Amino acid sequence: MLGSARPGAAGLTPDASPPPPLKAESRDLSFHYGNGFKALNAITMPVHEHRVTALIGPSGCGKSTFLRCFNRMHDLYPGNRYEGAIVLHPDNTNLLADDVDPIEVRMRVSMVFQKPNPFPKSIYENVAYGLRVRGVTNKNHLDDKVEESLRGAALWDEVKQRLNEVGSNLSGGQQQRLCIARALATDPEILLFDEPTSALDPIATASIEELISELKKRVTILIVTHNMQQAARVSDYTAYMYLGELIEFDRTDTIFFKPGRKETEDYITGRFG
Amino acid sequence: MESASALDAPVGATVPTVVSERLARKFSRNLKERAIEALLFLAAFVSVFTTAGIVYILVKESLVFFSHVPLWQFLTDTQWTPLFADAHYGISVLLSGTITSSAVALLVAIPLGTTIAIYLSEFASPRAREIAKPVLELLSGVPTIVYGYFALLFVTPLLQKLIPSLPGFNLLSAGIVMGIMIVPYVASISEDAMRAVPMALREGSFAMGATRLQTALKVVVPAAVSGIAAAYILGVSRAVGETMILAVAAGMQPNLTFNPLEPAATITAYIVQVALGDLPHGSVGYQTIFAAGLALLLLTLFFNLVGFWMRRRYREAY
Amino acid sequence: MSYVAQTPEQIRGLIAKAKRRDVLFVALGVIALGIGFATFLALFLDMLLDGWGRLRPEFFTQFPSRRAAQAGILSAWVGTFLVMIVTAAVAVPLGVSAGIYLEEYAPKNWVTDVIEINITNLAGVPSIVYGLLALGLFVYAFGLGQSVQTAGLTLALLILPVVIVATREAIRAIPAMIREGAYAVGATRWQTVKDHIIPYSMPGILTGVIIGMSRAIGETAPIITIGALTFIAFLPPAPVGAEFPFLSFEWLKAPFTVMPIQMFNWTSRPDPAFHANAAAAGTILVFMTLAMNGLAIWLRYRLRKNIKW
Repeated sequence: MLGSARPGAAGLTPDASPPPPLKAESRDLSFHYGNGFKALNAITMPVHEHRVTALIGPSGCGKSTFLRCFNRMHDLYPGNRYEGAIVLHPDNTNLLADDVDPIEVRMRVSMVFQKPNPFPKSIYENVAYGLRVRGVTNKNHLDDKVEESLRGAALWDEVKQRLNEVGSNLSGGQQQRLCIARALATDPEILLFDEPTSALDPIATASIEELISELKKRVTILIVTHNMQQAARVSDYTAYMYLGELIEFDRTDTIFFKPGRKETEDYITGRFG
Repeated sequence: MESASALDAPVGATVPTVVSERLARKFSRNLKERAIEALLFLAAFVSVFTTAGIVYILVKESLVFFSHVPLWQFLTDTQWTPLFADAHYGISVLLSGTITSSAVALLVAIPLGTTIAIYLSEFASPRAREIAKPVLELLSGVPTIVYGYFALLFVTPLLQKLIPSLPGFNLLSAGIVMGIMIVPYVASISEDAMRAVPMALREGSFAMGATRLQTALKVVVPAAVSGIAAAYILGVSRAVGETMILAVAAGMQPNLTFNPLEPAATITAYIVQVALGDLPHGSVGYQTIFAAGLALLLLTLFFNLVGFWMRRRYREAY
Repeated sequence: MSYVAQTPEQIRGLIAKAKRRDVLFVALGVIALGIGFATFLALFLDMLLDGWGRLRPEFFTQFPSRRAAQAGILSAWVGTFLVMIVTAAVAVPLGVSAGIYLEEYAPKNWVTDVIEINITNLAGVPSIVYGLLALGLFVYAFGLGQSVQTAGLTLALLILPVVIVATREAIRAIPAMIREGAYAVGATRWQTVKDHIIPYSMPGILTGVIIGMSRAIGETAPIITIGALTFIAFLPPAPVGAEFPFLSFEWLKAPFTVMPIQMFNWTSRPDPAFHANAAAAGTILVFMTLAMNGLAIWLRYRLRKNIKW
């Protein structure tokens, strides 16, 4: 029923087509917080290139923790510990390896957060931030890239007249699209969304969802959402997680219509969670 | 038990007396409560009396002073010799000492204080922060007369080895030590402001591949800028009002100069100098210290209000 | 199309450069902290070394003298002690009451706003201005003289904002449920304050009082301004006498000197022999303020660890 209401997302990947190539995969990934809490347990999951993969599950199931492993945000807080690997293709780099610099990982894997968090800078500088961090100083390059990213985030027409205004003056939905533009500007290989619409109203939510479906042409997307309709609308693959375990991973229409596991079905149909 | 018997008793007989007793007790209780509240209010109102007292005394004595010395002369004269036969009353002379010494102090306190604040807020481990902050607090608790001794008898001789022509009393040494004294203050308020910046902003920057320093300088500091500015301004206010370091180490002779290598009196040092002498109550010389005090109060009040306003702005931001 | 396309080597080079700056800044931060601590260490050690020769028992039992080697701080420490008694006796009840009023009683109106703005402002008024207030008001208008009581009152006003702010913070840390619990069993406002608010906020208030007192001990400028004498070779009359009525408050009106003024006096003499005395007095002064501040910090630390709610 959910799928039939918005067939677009599922329609792009008909069941018969062969699965697209892998962009990344997590192998036996476990994660321990500094206080000793084991938040993820041996998660193995593929991430397909130019597809949207949704992570769903009840609060505290570890989906955000899992997402934040992909750009090693956990390294910011002392005591956190990974086990296993997240391999990024095509170069087969283990993102979690000790000799891989988390900063380098974050340059390849960008992130959009739950609450819009524009920097207290102008709209222009917000988008240019990642480029400046990478040492880009050429004004023309920056101008081009800022415009391209803002267009990519469907924000250009709304802000092109006021690029020098402070980003926090925008509406919530615009701020979130600004954060998406900021993440896009550095041409990341994977874009992580951590419940990107939970702080937004329904109209802003719809525009972000539309944007996500558009963006997967350019970038591989991983999205955490607590809203199952959203997962059904935007994603091609869905992972259901519970208590730090990956219960089931499959094509989104399979998860929603013919889930393989009883727990998944219970959660999807609202009998649980 | 009691309530049961009260219910059984005829309504008209017992209940009214109980109520009137309660009313009586309520009245005395109210009276006591009111009296206590009034006392507490008076205690709180002492602060208003204090301010009023300060303004009254300074303005009253200054008015007498300005009836002898015209205001324009006070503001424009370039000499300050109130105790000489040929008396001049140019506050700019004292102001130059205050400004020069405060400038030296800020040149020390702002870089050091800001660096420490960024380091403690963005780099140091929680444990290091837990140790460093109280020690800094201890530093700011050292009496200023002790800093004065240090400036005169330790820092000045040290500086004289570098600058042989430096006189024994000078604004440089006093200013440097004053700056060190203000460092904990600037560092602590700036650090508070930076810590108030939400973690989400830092994460946004880290997620773009920024390092700690890039995040600190490009995101955290701009976000906390009004709080940091408040720290600087409150630091200025402290430097302007500081007395003993200058009275001890900068000399007390009025000197219209902006050269920190010279000795000069500040507004505060002048007040100390007059208070140490034996000026008769009511003389013009006696009144000068109130006029100087009024100038000082207005100066610090201005900085405090600006600093207060900026601090409130960053508190409202998040 | 993409301008960011850099080879992994270029990116690694960039990151390495940025990280070197990180390390450099950490070094800078440690150096800045080090300068602060080193200055303090130099200050303390310099004074200790200069004054070591004078830190003998006689130093505490002798009056100041024209001969440096025979001068002591008897009148100074007795004066400091007496002034602090007056300061505490005035500042603690006033400050705590004001804090209680503002947190528990004050209605939200302009009078309260005026009081709050005043307290914030007073905290930033230079101490020497309090000295001018005391000179004009206490010494001349009220005729209290250049005495222990004037000095005590002045310092009390000076540290009042510290005590008030500490009291308010301590009270604010008490959760509303404690008050509601007390009111729910029929306590009046004052009973709630007296039986619950004051006892529970006591450690926090104490911390503020100690910090305020340590500030008062070191204050020099306002006391000089009210005209404290710098050379006092006698003690104020004893508060307890052998004859009726045994208790005397004459000491309140006595002229006096205090530790920081004694130190100032010795520091400003050209004769280096007196500098040793100043150093010795300074060492004692720093030791006292450090001990008090340390106690306050420790109390606060304990308090944070033992929060019961």
